[in-house]
Amino acid sequence: MSIFSTKKSWINLTIWVLIIALIIAAPSLLPVFRLNLLGRYLSLAIVALGVDLIWGFTGMLSLGQGIFFALGGYCAAMFLQLNSSGEFPNGIPEFFGLYGVEKLPFFWEPFKSSIFTLISIWLLPAIIAGLLGYLVFRNRIKGVYFSILTQAALLVFFNFFNGQQKLINGTNGLKTDVTQLFGQMVGSEIMQRWFFWISAILVILAWFFARWIVRDRFGNILIGIRDDEARVRFTGYNPVIFKTIIFSIAGGLAGISGALYTVQSGIVSPQFMTVPFSIEMVIWVAVGGRGTLLGAILGAVLINYAKSLVSEALPASWMFIQGGLFILVVTALPEGVLGWIQKGGLKKVLFLIGINKKLETYPSLEVNEQGEVKS
Amino acid sequence: MQLFLECLFNGVAIGSVLLVAALGLAIVFGLMGVINLAHGELMMLGAYSTYITQLIFKQVPFLKPFYDSYVIVAIGIAFLVSGTVGILLERTVIRRLYGSPLETLLATWGVSLILQQFVRSVPLAYASGLVVALFFGLFSPLFISDDLLSGTKSKLIRACTWGFSALLGVSTGGILSSLVSKLSRASARNVDVTAPSWMRGGIDLVGITFPKTRLLIILITLISVLGVIFFLDKTAWGMRIRAVTQNRPMSDCLGISTETVDIITFGIGSGLAGVAGVAVSLLGSVGPNVGGNYIVGCFMVVVLGGVGNLLGTILASFSIGIMTDLIGAGRLLTIWPDMPSPLASTIDFFATTSMARVMIFALIVIFLQFRPTGMFPQKGRMVES
Repeated sequence: MSIFSTKKSWINLTIWVLIIALIIAAPSLLPVFRLNLLGRYLSLAIVALGVDLIWGFTGMLSLGQGIFFALGGYCAAMFLQLNSSGEFPNGIPEFFGLYGVEKLPFFWEPFKSSIFTLISIWLLPAIIAGLLGYLVFRNRIKGVYFSILTQAALLVFFNFFNGQQKLINGTNGLKTDVTQLFGQMVGSEIMQRWFFWISAILVILAWFFARWIVRDRFGNILIGIRDDEARVRFTGYNPVIFKTIIFSIAGGLAGISGALYTVQSGIVSPQFMTVPFSIEMVIWVAVGGRGTLLGAILGAVLINYAKSLVSEALPASWMFIQGGLFILVVTALPEGVLGWIQKGGLKKVLFLIGINKKLETYPSLEVNEQGEVKS
Repeated sequence: MQLFLECLFNGVAIGSVLLVAALGLAIVFGLMGVINLAHGELMMLGAYSTYITQLIFKQVPFLKPFYDSYVIVAIGIAFLVSGTVGILLERTVIRRLYGSPLETLLATWGVSLILQQFVRSVPLAYASGLVVALFFGLFSPLFISDDLLSGTKSKLIRACTWGFSALLGVSTGGILSSLVSKLSRASARNVDVTAPSWMRGGIDLVGITFPKTRLLIILITLISVLGVIFFLDKTAWGMRIRAVTQNRPMSDCLGISTETVDIITFGIGSGLAGVAGVAVSLLGSVGPNVGGNYIVGCFMVVVLGGVGNLLGTILASFSIGIMTDLIGAGRLLTIWPDMPSPLASTIDFFATTSMARVMIFALIVIFLQFRPTGMFPQKGRMVES
């Protein structure tokens, strides 16, 4: 047993060292365009962590994380628009003029404050997720029903944001790259470098936070709910509370992720709430390894990087590859890549090639402390 | 009165498209607990089949006199095409994921992505050739006697049938692409299905115009529903499907081949998606994303109607249809013109198609607070798991 766990943490340590080395080296190695892409994907890793918490650990497949992602993005964009709209007529963002709106809609007002914005970026999505989750979980709606309802909710939010030109510029979305922050253009190179660092630090912080959640008894209950919810209930816990809390945490993480993604991509629009994008988030986690936090981060960054590289070279083939990934990962690799490695997948391959000797009994009997087979 | 009739007709027209699309989904969900996210893409295949049938009837000389009846033929072809692809999907992917509905959800999403890109980047002539090959490859073993199939040369015979089917498929593709030039190139553009002359225009009755295409869609829906009810209630396989829906392990013990039941059900469910595709192709232009517009509505029907209950599916789709018309067209304002202004402005706010969806979703969530398992929940004493 001890060999097993040390080996697992050894793999994790290696990956972490690699990640941190990459993050530190990236700004000097990569051109600005690629750095910006990497920053975006790092911010997407935060939403993937949330998906992993609710799907990998609690067993609830949400197809609506795009709602919370986009809400976080809109909060950030509204603040940035207000922050730099001083010279426009009426002191309100420019696009309002197109629709003849002269007075700022009431819900924009609090976003003039930077502190309110910084809090609402994660609190607002968390509250909405909690509310939505509570109404659904209270009735013991789960499994496929939950997935469908979240997808429908996503479509509702999409329709709402897409149709309301006069409130939030509808289908055009809110631009952030030409707005000002600390006297700098948000789209400028210096700011983008800063956002890269902030994303990198926040990913690591989010990872610590998620680990802290799942390591404790709270995490055990989440896993219990995933494996047998009825038994958890009979043992005297109320799954509704735990599910609501974890769903709202995932919503908050999605909000932070959306805000970071928005400032780095330069725009937030209802496109963040389309159905395919939200399902994509799930596949990042599935490929990386659900139930492993590191897998979620790796999956999000690597798949997105692969996506941008493949789409540049062969635009038509990405859909085939992505579709194939969905099918492959659920049929052949349900643990994901990292889960497969941790469960001893590499060893099996080594056996197949004939490098490692096949064990007759258990590793604890035949393998010594250094991982070599006793003869 | 006239207003009421108009509202009812529009609601039933919207609802019948939903119903025919959701029917297959509901049957499969009731039986296997599987939500098929590729259902919309199976509809898309049905819509493309209509387009291809129309072109063939236009271009092939000896079929030209029968051009007006192509819609009827298209229904049958669409059923077979979507059914074949559905059976292939069941045999290759869904079979492996039995008992894990969430994984099935993701896998079928992958299938839907592949199907969408497939119709974009493969010429339609060769795509139909592939479907023909699959059709004969999958079904020809049914027509060969069991002795041959289980004999010593079974593998050879199976290989022969597949080889023969592949040949048929290739020749179909070749013939189609040489006959109909529009089908020989891949294109991501949307295509249009033109209704035959007898379906254009409408019927005037009590001052309202009923468009003929809408009436035809209602008729298609009616026939599909009656067909499904007949199949489930009166035939032996229908009885087996009902038995497996109610209690799978017990049916298995009593000698029902649940594997065959799964194939048949999935085939019929997918085939119905194809029929829905014909209906959809008559309403607007056909593109790779055409299924996505309807799929969430279908899910709502299934959630609202309850699992494995045809009556629930029917009622749910018509009530969603009528509510869509009622809210989306702001009919309450027409009925009651001088209502208090805050209420009136609220109704006005929701009086667009997309905002009506927002409202209907909210209503469904409220409804589920009282009846979490839909209108007609399945009776039984199973422990939820």
